[in-house]
Amino acid sequence: MTTVFKRPAALTDRQFSYCPGCSHGIVHRLIAEAIDELGIEGKAVGIAPVGCSVFAYEFFSCDMVQAAHGRAPAVATGIKRAVPGSIVFSYQGDGDLASIGMAETIHVASRGEKITVIFINNAIYGMTGGQMAPTTLPGQVTQTSPLGRDVEIAGYPIRICELLSTLDGVALAERVSVDTPRNIRTAKKAVKKAFEYQAEGLGYTIVEVVSTCPTNWGLSPVEALGWLNENLLPYYPPGVYRDVKAEGFANAAEASAARLAASSVADPTAGKDAEGGGCNG
Amino acid sequence: MTPDTPNTAGTPDTAGTPGTPNTAGAAGAAPDTAGEKVLMKGNEAIAEAAIRAGCRCFFGYPITPQTEVAAYMSKRMPKEGGTYLQAESEVAAINMVYGAASAGVRAMTSSSSPGVSLKSEGISYMAGSDLPGVIVNIQRGGPGLGGIQPSQADYWQATKAIGHGDFHMIVLAPSTVQEMADSVFDAFDLADKYRTPVMVLADGMLGQMMEPVVMPGRIAELPDKPWATNGHKGKRERTVANSLYLVPEELERRNVERFDRYNAIRATEQRVEQYLVEDAEIVLVAFGACARIARSAVGKAREKGIKAGLIRPVTLWPFPADAIDAAVRSATAFLTVEMNMGQMVEDVRLVVDGRRTVGFFGRTGGVIPTPAEVLDAIERMDRGMSGDDCSAEPEHMGGAR
Amino acid sequence: MYMTAQIIVNENYCKGCGLCIEVCPRGIIALNPDVITAKGYHPAKLTDESRCSACTNCALICPDVAITVER
Repeated sequence: MTTVFKRPAALTDRQFSYCPGCSHGIVHRLIAEAIDELGIEGKAVGIAPVGCSVFAYEFFSCDMVQAAHGRAPAVATGIKRAVPGSIVFSYQGDGDLASIGMAETIHVASRGEKITVIFINNAIYGMTGGQMAPTTLPGQVTQTSPLGRDVEIAGYPIRICELLSTLDGVALAERVSVDTPRNIRTAKKAVKKAFEYQAEGLGYTIVEVVSTCPTNWGLSPVEALGWLNENLLPYYPPGVYRDVKAEGFANAAEASAARLAASSVADPTAGKDAEGGGCNG
Repeated sequence: MTPDTPNTAGTPDTAGTPGTPNTAGAAGAAPDTAGEKVLMKGNEAIAEAAIRAGCRCFFGYPITPQTEVAAYMSKRMPKEGGTYLQAESEVAAINMVYGAASAGVRAMTSSSSPGVSLKSEGISYMAGSDLPGVIVNIQRGGPGLGGIQPSQADYWQATKAIGHGDFHMIVLAPSTVQEMADSVFDAFDLADKYRTPVMVLADGMLGQMMEPVVMPGRIAELPDKPWATNGHKGKRERTVANSLYLVPEELERRNVERFDRYNAIRATEQRVEQYLVEDAEIVLVAFGACARIARSAVGKAREKGIKAGLIRPVTLWPFPADAIDAAVRSATAFLTVEMNMGQMVEDVRLVVDGRRTVGFFGRTGGVIPTPAEVLDAIERMDRGMSGDDCSAEPEHMGGAR
Repeated sequence: MYMTAQIIVNENYCKGCGLCIEVCPRGIIALNPDVITAKGYHPAKLTDESRCSACTNCALICPDVAITVER
């Protein structure tokens, strides 16, 4: 018999610290498989966030750095600038990436920092016990939105891939899901592509993974997959939001130049007198 | 920065003050020859010395009165093949230092008081992960947004509470532009030697003033960092930079180990400059720019027949307790002079431990004390000790009182 | 008949979440009520080796990377 599926080498032999059925482990495996297949473990440095995946530094066989809450993109920037030949990835949840770390998230993308961000969006704070996250759906009940998220009070969820795809430094922004084997295969391709783009120096890459939190959603692992499918995916549609290569550009910089050239204000100086134009903002 | 090197800089009342026009000479010239005397701003001297000390990554954010450090780095770093990056915030900047330091390169950030507060989280993580790095604080008045004039109001923050948790950070306090250069060089060595963040604590006066500097030569060899998280290349065990230990006994063990290191630092790295202390009856204690003013006042006091002397802590942490303690034997009183409401005076009192009177004179809010004011405080203290003047109190505060 | 395929569940990793059972197209995985792992879970097991097609669905969705598939 031949082995057709086995635990990737880029995972350590540590048992994951996640709850049964939590999709963090699936995404960990996808990252590790991509590292194995691209043969980059020796130059990879991963950043563990604050949140349930804080122990990610225990689970990957490459060098790892644990970062302060939300600061993973800044830490990743420091590593990448110090060792430009390294492959740097940060692994962040929705609270870490889209709430406390939003400034770092936006700026690392706008700089086109050649790193890969794996973003776990499960619409809740897991580690602290199920509080409202920046991606919690309208009406979704959490420990700190006990009557459901009231957008009049708490505002609206943030769609990260859509937001980041407007930034010129982004080479790849793709949203995937891990609720079915088929979607997991797609997710794997996205993760691998992100690492490839980073290795090619195309720009910033992010893969948003719509994920589950059975424990804090109060559902069984199987029910959680169904809830993800019915509730999260409509709000966070999977898809490619930016892929400069697929759009026919060599890299993010070229795509950015094309975007500017396609600006509706053909002559930047011509718009100054026009309504809403100019530099009065 | 040897302990007994006399302060050869110009007298403080004639030295450059904030607002000295930037003549840009030194910054553009990028003096590359060691041993040659050049005129530089304190902030620029810090930047140039950092490069010579092997700093490969600088992450900054604009804030008065330290911005020249970043401006200088933005010009020089690209020529050196290093990284200059303007971060989105001081929070991000220190975390970039955290990342670069973990990857094994010499990294630095600089800021001024309000910005340093923002860095405190990252500094705590660096300490917790045993990562070396250099943080420059060109202090301004506080609290809050405070002001932009020189201050020493961050002494407590730097030496006692730079971040959450059980840790210290080495703090160097230069008092001349030459020392700005030397101390940043030292800071990188100390940081690597003890795997700890090191702060160079200066102020707006030192940062903005121009003085002649002899730049240190380029560092020849950087220390090996087998713990660096820079990719294992399949040639070594993986490395992890981390400060999380959920098992209390494990975290305790890490902290105890770190404090063993701190004890070694306390035992071997206390640095101090002494001026006329041997026969002094009134020993002034002052650091940084303020020490220059105190030194000037000591000279004037001597002219008036008062045996005054000066101990200038060069390391604020470790606090030079040994030098203060030694002075207790000969001195009859101590007078701490600071540009704040009285912070270091607490450390002096801890060492003196009630054996002698410890007075304080300070100006705060960005007001720079004059030698005449300090002399007046010395004279009051002198009269108080001889019983001639009952109004002399151990605490003196100038116009800020 | 696929006599030559099987899955091996590492009981050190398996937490009995049941996702593999849900995605197995042939319904031949179940939690083993006779075994309790060190962490206190009933681990998954293949109930009918003769029918496993080595499709890898179970391994793909396993959040604890506990499953090896052989053919």
